[in-house]
Amino acid sequence: MIKVRGAVTVNTDRCKGCNLCVVACPTGTLALQRSEVNDRGYHFAYMANPENCTGCCSCAWVCPDACIEVYRVKTEA
Amino acid sequence: MNLCDTMELEEIIREENKVYAVPELLDQSVHMHYCPGCSHGVVHKLISEVIAELGITDHTVGVSPVGCAVFAYNYIDVDWVEAAHGRAPAVATALNRLWPENVVFTYQGDGDMSAIGTAESIHAANRGENIVMVFVNNAIYGMTGGQMAPTTLIGQKTATTPYGRRVDLNGHPLEITNLMPLLDGTCYVTRQSVHTPAAARKTKACLKKAFENAIAKRGTSVVEVVATCNSGWKMSPEKANEWMAEHMFKVYPLGDLKDTTKEQ
Repeated sequence: MIKVRGAVTVNTDRCKGCNLCVVACPTGTLALQRSEVNDRGYHFAYMANPENCTGCCSCAWVCPDACIEVYRVKTEA
Repeated sequence: MNLCDTMELEEIIREENKVYAVPELLDQSVHMHYCPGCSHGVVHKLISEVIAELGITDHTVGVSPVGCAVFAYNYIDVDWVEAAHGRAPAVATALNRLWPENVVFTYQGDGDMSAIGTAESIHAANRGENIVMVFVNNAIYGMTGGQMAPTTLIGQKTATTPYGRRVDLNGHPLEITNLMPLLDGTCYVTRQSVHTPAAARKTKACLKKAFENAIAKRGTSVVEVVATCNSGWKMSPEKANEWMAEHMFKVYPLGDLKDTTKEQ
């Protein structure tokens, strides 16, 4: 069986914590960092459940500040 | 997160596995001034991707409006001209006629296109100038503090219509994109949105088609993007998207309004 694993990187300096990526993520991978803020005081997004990510790019498509880059690998499980 | 997961993440996050990169044309060194969750950012991103994919970076000229997107020239790394309020299609006309080899697009908000620039927009479309007009409609004047725009919905509360827009006092919403297909100069008129990943993908395809029309000199292409202004609407970005899908799409239904490239 082929398993798809994904990962995202968030440019935390640019992120404004609008939460749109968290809403768009179908696998519940992303969340806003509740305990930390970036230089401009925003609660930035991060991978809260990295094992769920499938690299579907939904978060990246809706991100208004272009902070998200997506990586995907297919592995034989 | 245990050690095994950390190692695996490092294995995934490698250049060869990248499936979505930030568009190169979008200048990463400057922070966009838009409010968190603003649709303008997504539209900027899609335009950057389309220009790069079509390979027209060297000879694309944008005309930025007055409104929230006034600093668009700082964000997308192509040539820009800043026009006076509403005059973007007139400036684009000059740019396109003087340098016909250039691909010219205007980026306008609802104040720019459907209020002060109605005449310029309609006449540029009627003359069939070979330009792309990107129209971002968020039904409010975002930059000046959320006043009523011509595109504001009936009953919508804004700073200048605190009890909701009334037809007897303020008139009907101006659906300017609906007027464009009637003009013979337009070749492609569409209305899209960017509130979901699927909608953003579709909008990108429409923008690409519009830029291809400009390259092929088929006439004026108008791409309306029904957008949110969560600060002006006094909502969270998430709620603003829901409100837009529920209320805006009734008045501004999505889809192609005119496409002459299909008939050919």
